[in-house]
This record gives sequence, structure tokens and C-alpha cells, in this order.
Amino acid sequence: MNTLSPDAPGLAAALQRTDFRTVLEIVEPGSRVLDLGCGNGSLLQLLRNRKQTVGYGVELSPNLITECIEKGLSVFHGNLDEGLRDFEDQSFDYVILNQTLPVVHRPAYVIEEMMRVGRKGIVSFPNFGYWRIRLRLLLTGRMPVDEVIPHEWYDTPNIHHLTVKDFGLFCKRFRVALLDAWYFRSLEGDAARQAMIRPNWSAAFGLFVITRGQ
Amino acid sequence: MTTSAENKAFEEGSAGVVTPQQVTLFHPPHELKLEGGSTLGPITIQYETYGTLNAKKDNAILICHALSGDAHAAGRHSADDPDAGWWDVAIGPGKAFDTSQYFVICPNFLGGCKGTTGSLSINPRTGRPYGTSFPMITIRDMVVCQKALIDHLGIPKLLSVSGGSMGGMQALEWAVSFPDAVESVIPIASTHRLSAQGIAFNEVGRQAIFADPNWNTGDYYGGPPPDAGLALARMIGHITYLSEKAMHRKFGRALRHRDRYAYNFETEFQVESYLHHQGKKFIQRFDANTYLYITKAMDYFDLAAGFSSLRVSLKRAKAKFLLIAFSSDWLFPPPEMKEIANALRSNGSDVTFLTIQSDYGHDAFLLETEEITKVIRPFLKFLRLTHERPPHARSHPEAGTGANAGGAVL
Repeated sequence: MNTLSPDAPGLAAALQRTDFRTVLEIVEPGSRVLDLGCGNGSLLQLLRNRKQTVGYGVELSPNLITECIEKGLSVFHGNLDEGLRDFEDQSFDYVILNQTLPVVHRPAYVIEEMMRVGRKGIVSFPNFGYWRIRLRLLLTGRMPVDEVIPHEWYDTPNIHHLTVKDFGLFCKRFRVALLDAWYFRSLEGDAARQAMIRPNWSAAFGLFVITRGQ
Repeated sequence: MTTSAENKAFEEGSAGVVTPQQVTLFHPPHELKLEGGSTLGPITIQYETYGTLNAKKDNAILICHALSGDAHAAGRHSADDPDAGWWDVAIGPGKAFDTSQYFVICPNFLGGCKGTTGSLSINPRTGRPYGTSFPMITIRDMVVCQKALIDHLGIPKLLSVSGGSMGGMQALEWAVSFPDAVESVIPIASTHRLSAQGIAFNEVGRQAIFADPNWNTGDYYGGPPPDAGLALARMIGHITYLSEKAMHRKFGRALRHRDRYAYNFETEFQVESYLHHQGKKFIQRFDANTYLYITKAMDYFDLAAGFSSLRVSLKRAKAKFLLIAFSSDWLFPPPEMKEIANALRSNGSDVTFLTIQSDYGHDAFLLETEEITKVIRPFLKFLRLTHERPPHARSHPEAGTGANAGGAVL
């Protein structure tokens, strides 16, 4: 791997991201990391620079791929819903699905594939059970649009909204073992915590470390 | 080679007036040992360069041409030359291979008929063209010659090697044959081995030449060349370079001169006329025996040959890879490029793979300039910036202290 990194002006901004910093906390140095829906590559860049990871991204948008190339990252052009059939079993230490779960067409299939390809998975998503979202829906009767879910219903990439509780039930049903959970209230500048009282009510975002259950 | 006054005569972004250069290497007794077992020498290599080699000699990019290409990749041979080089859209100031930043070299490959030693060249032992006595050559032989040229130019390591189609095969061969002499490779619309279908089309092209009585078992020098055979080979080739969609969009069922069928064998459909034109153009600039040799070199190419798998073969490579395929390319289809990308990823190599949506078929590598420029420029820029960093800062400027780095900021 080319481990050199020229000036990384976006790095300071990336470090503001609560989810990115949490992933940085979790991933051991030198890990092999696959970031599904890696976007402009900010997280992979951060992991490379801070944790010397061997990282690969999968991204659908050609423009975002260009941004990854600018950062010198390894990216594959591909659609997650077609699965990870080109990826060998257990070939990564971590497969990351950061803020991408609500976007995929076949979440159960994608998570199954993550666990096949990676020793561990990291999944994060906005929690639709967050009290502010519940309240907004209750009081206004409209689909909530705020900093947690910043899209109008007609203009959202998200097709599967879920709650922290839903994810827990999903893991039980599909034999996914939850190794670790992190909760935070904001995508930027917040501190993620591993213990939160009634997270399904209090957390705006959840981030989970998963592996295949027995 | 190029004066600024001459440059001004050209449109923005032109590499300007270029002069082809030649060097003769592999003088006996230091002949080139060919993969096929025989030896060849001396070998003359024709090449062109664009841009300036920097003091550190670390900004050189080698461009490998495809089947019918030559060393004239960019710019023009004189101020009033109507034709620019074959990849002028991608090589020049501000272009994908930016000659204001990089020193770009394009040689005619070994076995070519455009200045580099090939079957058309005079055999110093007989004083006559080699013809079919020319030894069979391979992609690896071509690359070994190119390496000798790079050594001759005093360049220790190329910043990148790139090429489309058969040029991409050479780029891939560079990565595994000379891993320490190439920092990155950009194979475009290429493959790690020619498919059975690709070999089949090449063979039909060769048979067209063999069937031309003028071919005369390869000895047509001094007589009429096998133009009909070579033109037919080119027509077949051209069909494989386009997609069905591109061809139909371009010509449809349009007729040439009339609005009704003539019900005879004259050239009626526009697509027929187009193919004839391509064939005619080709025989004016290419040599039949050369076509035979080069297509064979393509057929023999198999990156995994001699290794247990493609993956094992690619373990030799140290370069950073950018692999570009085109969605409608059925001659060098995207899944073949993806196989290379997957093998490299399994090895932990640095690799980016993308498929550009295009209707142009295999020809897209010469036509989708904007799309390839969008990815090649940032790819090269990243490499260039890593060079500009002083040696002591060559690890991550932001690199933390390993295990605790994340914790420290969290």
C-alpha cells in the first residue's frame, strides 16, 4: 500500500465527525478495512493516516470516486445491493457500513455479506426512535426533517428507516452478535458513549460492532 | 525540441511541434533474449517525448500504444501538420497526462512498423526486410525493450505507465516485470489475458492476410503488398472496437447514395462504406506482416502464465493501480479488468477500479476523454504531491502514535 499522504485539508473536518472518531477508536492499527459506501473517502483517509490501515472503499458515485482518487485511496466502483461477491470470506478485519444502512435496498443481505467478508462489522445509522424525531412526528404530523435526518421524504436516499431497538431485534433474528454499541446525539462534535440510559429514546445515532452469531 | 513560438501556433493544450527520436540498443553480442527463445539485435527504438524531465527524474510517464499505434502520441510533426498524435486529446498541457507537469514518453513497440525494429526492418545479416523470418515477439519482449529505453534516458523509476487495449497489457506487464521501476500503472480497457473470442478475431484477421495471394508467404517486398487481406483484417477489427449500439446510432440502415435498394453488390449501406474507408486508410499506414506479428503477441499475453494463479502472478507488483474499463466494451469486457482488480485487492495491493458508462465500445478509451481525465489527473496529482514532500516527512503528517492515536482525539 502507498502509505504516503499529501496534505489532507479535509482531515480536521473529518475529525469533527463523531461517527468517524468512534470508528477510529474501535479499529486497531494496521487493520484491513473495507468501507462500504465510502463516499468521498474521508473516513478511509482518516483511518489510513491515524491507524495505518490497509483500506478499500466501495462507492457507486463516479464523482465521489474521483474525490477518493484525489486522496490516493483504493476504491472499487460498485453497487452494495449486488453483494460483495468479488470479496473473499473473512478477508477483512473490519467491514464498515457507516450511515449507509438506510440507503441500501437489501439491508439483511448486505449485513450478511459484511459478516461473511469481515471478521467484524461496524454499522451506524440515525435512530428513528430518538425522542426529538418521535416528538416532531407526534406534534407536527409530518416526516421529521432535522439534523439527524436532513432530507424531505421526496428527496431522501434513505429507504429503510430504523430504530436502535429495531436493530437489536434484527440482530437476534438474523443471528448477528452485537459486540459493542456506541451512542451519540450529534454527527458532529459530540462524544460517543458506550452507556446511555434508554438509548432508543436518547440517542440520535447508534454505532454497533457486529460479528456472526453462533 | 519545442520552442514557445512554435507552441503558440497551436491551440491551447497542445504538446506543440515534436520531433521523433531514435536510439539503437541491444548491439551484438548484447542481443535481446526473446521470450520465444531466439535473440534479436541490434534493435532501433523510435520514440517521442513531451514535456520536461525534472531534475529528480521522477516525473516521467510512459505511454504504451495499442495494436496499430505508433510513437506519435501527441503534438504535431510540423507547424502545418494537419494531424495530431493518436492520443493528443489526453497528452498535453492541462490534459490527463499534463505535459506542463510530467515528462511523457511514447515509444513505438518492438515489432512495430513505425521506426522501431520489426518485420519490415532490414535484417543486417541479409540486407533484406526480415519478413516472416522475424522472430515471434511477446508483450514482455516489448516491455523489456521499453525498459532499455528508459534506462538509456537515465530514468530510474517511472511515475506511471499507461495505455489502452494492448497498451494496457504492456502497462500490466511493466508492473510485474519491473516492479521497482514503476510507481503506478493505469491500464485502460485492457485485460490480463486475451479471451478465446479475442484470439478468434485476431486469427480471422490473420487468415484474411494469409488468403491474399499478394502475401506470398510473407515475401511481398518489392511486389504488390497484400492490401486486400490487410484491409479485411482491419474491417473485422473495427467491428470489434465498436458496440452494436454505437454502430447502429452512427449508421443505422442508412444508404449511401440512394433512397431505394439497388439489389446488387455495390456498396449500399453507409456502414459498409465506413468499413471500406477504414480498411483503405489502414493499408496506407500499416504493414501486413507487422499485423500478423502484433496480433500474435496479443494472443500470447497471459499475465498468469507460469504462475498458479493471476493473484500469485500479481504478487510481484508493487505499483499503485488505476484500472479503467468501459461498460460497452465487449472485446476487453469490464469483468476481465475486475478480475485483475480483485486479485490485486486480495494481495493487499493499492488498486482502484472503475467502469465508465459509455456506448462507444472498446473505442471508448480514445473517445471518453473527459471521463478518463477526471480520474487520471487526481491519481497522478496525488503521486506528484507525495514526491514534493521532504523525505523526513514521508510518512503521515497526521500520523498518530499508533494504538492510542484514535483515543487521543476522541
